Formats: sequence, C-alpha cells, structure tokens
Amino acid sequence: MEKEVILKALQDKFAQDIIRLGQQFGDDIIQIKKKALLPIVNFLRKEPYEFTMLLDLTCVDYLDDEERFEMVYHLFSLKNNIRLRIKARLKESDLKIDSVTSIWKNANWLEREVYDMFGVQFEGHPDLRRIFMYDGFEGYPLRKDYPLRKRQPRIPLKRG
Amino acid sequence: MPTRIQKEARRESMLLNMGPSHPAMHGTIRIMLELDGERILNSEVEVGYLHRGFEKICENRTYFNLLPYTDRLNYVSPLINNLGYVMTIEKMLGLEVPEHAQYIRVIMSELSRISDHLTCLAAMAMECGAFTVFLYKIKAREFIWDFIERTTGARMTTSYIRIGGVRANLHEGWREDLIKAVKETRLVLKDVHALLDKNKIFLNRTRDIAVVSPEMAINYGWTGPCLRSTGVYYDVRKAYPYLVYDQIDFEVPLGERGDNFDRYMVRMLEMEQSLRIIEQAMKKLPDRSPASELNTEGLEPAEAIKMARVRQPEKKVKLSPNLQGMEKENYPLILTSDRRYIMPPKEDVYTTIEGLIRHFKYFMRGHGIRPPKGEVYFSVEGGNGELGYYIVSDGSDKPYRLHLRAPCFHIVSALEEMIQGHYIADVIPTFGSLNMIGGELDR
Repeated sequence: MEKEVILKALQDKFAQDIIRLGQQFGDDIIQIKKKALLPIVNFLRKEPYEFTMLLDLTCVDYLDDEERFEMVYHLFSLKNNIRLRIKARLKESDLKIDSVTSIWKNANWLEREVYDMFGVQFEGHPDLRRIFMYDGFEGYPLRKDYPLRKRQPRIPLKRG
Repeated sequence: MPTRIQKEARRESMLLNMGPSHPAMHGTIRIMLELDGERILNSEVEVGYLHRGFEKICENRTYFNLLPYTDRLNYVSPLINNLGYVMTIEKMLGLEVPEHAQYIRVIMSELSRISDHLTCLAAMAMECGAFTVFLYKIKAREFIWDFIERTTGARMTTSYIRIGGVRANLHEGWREDLIKAVKETRLVLKDVHALLDKNKIFLNRTRDIAVVSPEMAINYGWTGPCLRSTGVYYDVRKAYPYLVYDQIDFEVPLGERGDNFDRYMVRMLEMEQSLRIIEQAMKKLPDRSPASELNTEGLEPAEAIKMARVRQPEKKVKLSPNLQGMEKENYPLILTSDRRYIMPPKEDVYTTIEGLIRHFKYFMRGHGIRPPKGEVYFSVEGGNGELGYYIVSDGSDKPYRLHLRAPCFHIVSALEEMIQGHYIADVIPTFGSLNMIGGELDR
C-alpha cells in the first residue's frame, strides 16, 4: 500500500484532529491534537495499514513555546515498509497524555524513560516510575531548564 | 521505596537478586526474581546503572565534538554507532560521500557487526560452560580489531567515520590484513559450528528456552538478529538500503522458533554473510592509496608555517604519523567535495591563509557544521538491530535534541516476559543471547 493512500485515509477520517501533515528531509510528519492520539494509532495499527511496530517514542522540550513539550512517536509498518512520525504538543500546565502501553508493550519502558527525563505523565500506564535515575532524584534532567552541571545531594544508603 | 515485585510477591515465595554486578551479567543490570523453588514466578528488571546522560551531553556539544560520545554507546561496534550518527547529519545536509569512502564504511560496519556477534556469542557460550568457544571467538575478534586498529588507530573508541566520509584512507597493506582476518574468522566459525551445533549440553540449555513468537517480538519493537530469529524478515540494510548495500549481494538469515538456539544460529549465519559482504566490497577498492609512503623528507610544520608567511613553500610538509591516510592526495577519495563540512587538509592549514581560516571556522563555536532547521530520523542496521538517531536542529552548531533509538532497550524490556516460568539457570543463556549492551541501553 502506498504512503499517500494511508495519509489520505487518515486525513479523511480524522480531519479535525490532524493539525498538519508535512514532510521534512524525506520523513513524513503528522502533527495531531493530543486527545486524538489513541484513536489515530489504533486506526493505523489495524488492517490494512498495519503499523504494528512502535519504533521509538520520545519527547522534545521547546522551552519558549506556549505548548512546551512535544511527544514524538515513530511508527513502522513491516508489511508496507513505511515509517511515520506522529507528534503531539503538550502544555506544561497539563502535562498528561494517554499511554500507548495497551497497544505496544515496549511503550512501557519508553514512557517510563520520558517520564523520568521530562516529567510527562502517561495516563493508563501500569507502573510509571523513574527508569534511569534513582528514587529521590529531583527534577527532570533532559528539560532545557535543568542545568548541565547541576549536582544533587547524596541520598542515604538503603537499609533492609 | 519498595519495588513492584516486593509489593506484589506472595509471602511464601523467595526473592532473589541477580546483579547489578554479577559475574554472569554482561553489564550492570539488576534482575529481581520471585521464585518458587527454582522456577521463576515473576521478575523485575532494573536498568540505569550505566546512565551517563548521553543525550544531555550531546545537546551541549557541537556536531563535530559529540562524535566520540557515540563510540561509547556500543563499545564492541563503535564504528556502526559513528556511522548512524554521521549519516543522520549527512541526511540533513544532503551530502554526497565518495564511493571509495562508502565501501570503506561498508567494510568497517560489517567488521564491527562480526565483532559484536562474536563477543555476544562468546559470552553466551562461556556462560553455558563452553570456555573453548569463548577463547576461539575472542581470537577471531583480535584479528578483526587488529585490522581496525591499523587503519583507525584505535581498537574500540575509533571515531573513524566522520561527517562527509571517513577520517583516513585504509592503511598500507590493508588487503593482506583483511584477507587474513576473514580467513581466520571463517576457520573459527567452522570450529564453533562443530563444537556447539549438535552439542547436547548446549542444546539442552538453549533449545525451546525463552521462545518468542513473531507477534510478541514485533509488539516489543524488536529488531536485528533477535527479531529475525523469530522468522520475521526485516533488515534495515534491505528495507531502507543505505551506503552501497543495494549493490551488494547478501542474504538475511532467519530463524524458525525464536528460542535461544535460533538467536545463536542467526548470529552465526549473519557473520558468514558479513564476511561475504566484506569480500565483495574488498574487490571494489584499489590496493594502494595515492599517498602511500609516510612523508618523512619534507619540511617541519613549524618551518613551513614560517616560510609560508613570505611565499608558498615548494617542498611538501612533513606530517605527524597520526595523520597518515589523511594526506591531501587522499581527500577526494575519503571525504566529500563540499568543503564547508569537512576539515581542511593539514598541508593547507600550515601553508595557506585560506586553509587556516577554514580550519578556525570549522572548529570555532557558533560556526562549524550547522545543519538547517528541522528534525530528522535515520537508522542503520547495528549489531543488535535498528540503531536510529532522532535529531532536532535549530540551525545552530549544536543539536537542539538528540535521541538515540537503542535496539537493546526494546529487546531487554521483553526479558521479564521471556524468563517467566523458566528456571534460574535459564536466565543466563537467555540473557546472553539477547546481547545486552549497557552503554546503549542506559545511555
């Protein structure tokens, strides 16, 4: 199935939820509203599009923008050999997005990583905790306002 | 704070902690097991012991400066990590790399893939008790690393593949070295096949242990040899051909059952294909480089700089042995012709004002390589699977955001489900067959 057909079908079905369809350096980008994330990925995952693989999930912090955080999902369709990038913006005051753990299992760790590094809350995640940093770490290191050389006090040794 | 497994565990079952620093764990990773006798009821994998803030560091380094950090992601195949990063930038800049350099890149990335698979299988076999296999494989890896060392000057942290091409041409007499490395690796592969393929002990510990179905592998985002062991045909080199892989003839080995043995076998067969690729790429490269002898006769750099203040020196400049392979004569072969994105040749820097200005402009903060605004994703087939870089550029000389899609992160996240219901002893070969690399897992 051609890429254009999929994008067309997506645009027809979710006309009011898609903010922008674009292309950059040859990659296809779909900017969506955050509330439409689950319906759109569910639609793409099913036949005949079959974006069965979540390649990557990450977040970008645009410090000066009103909608500060941008979630980035890379989907891949093994059958059609197509990659898609889906992006959704989040406000700092409402830093929540639906979890995709019910659809892809690797989203569990990927979302924990984004929570750890950016502090984004995933609604419906079964076990949202820090993954790389330790319990008791304060702040979110990959945010742009977290200083590169900031040090944190040592934490007491765990007992028992 | 109690961990998930501590909260959920039944009162009568035993909790056992493996790692973070365990002789049978390749990196620092902690597996907490809830046991019923020797059977694993539940487990929890904890990662992050090797977290160095790779992505944060990269946001604060220039595009040229952050290349050495990519070496340290997967220390067994640093050249593929370099390649992935460099090709992402090249995709943004739209650079054309000379064919000669592309073939060098193919050779280097296939050698890295072999050394990656050799290391993984060597450790896996050793943990199953086959120490001979370990020694054989490390021997083969030495031949490969000798070759890499001769050309790049380093065994592990090479930083050899640069934006626009490669750092230096292949070393003098490379063909004999490479033929030797290929031959020795073939012999070792043959020996290992004979030692392990029908070995009762090895089969008992790997056959039908930790079986992964294709659906589960895809759902977990597996790529690379682990995905192919379940029978799914996906290889970035075939699906999205980069470099000259589309002109090279090679096969993608697939497994059938997706158990530990298949993961072992796919890696073994893949190494044979890599050797085939190397042999084909070898034929496309000339034996000698344009500047084959190290120039020992010429002017000392200091002398040349002094002379150049008056007029262009007629004699050639003597270069440090470190720079062998990157003489000006080699530049058309190893680096792109777009001079904005490459380091000027040292001969020019020493003797011409234009060369000196270009050199400073290349390394000065705020100048250097500045890709256009935008975001890009590019991936290569790494030793473990799809190694992708997602880079957001704001038009300055530093990446605004750099994210690495580490193949092993997705693979290790499936470990909890894979070992459930098996014995403690099965954790070791299962974990070995996944090829977990702490550097790229924890970043």
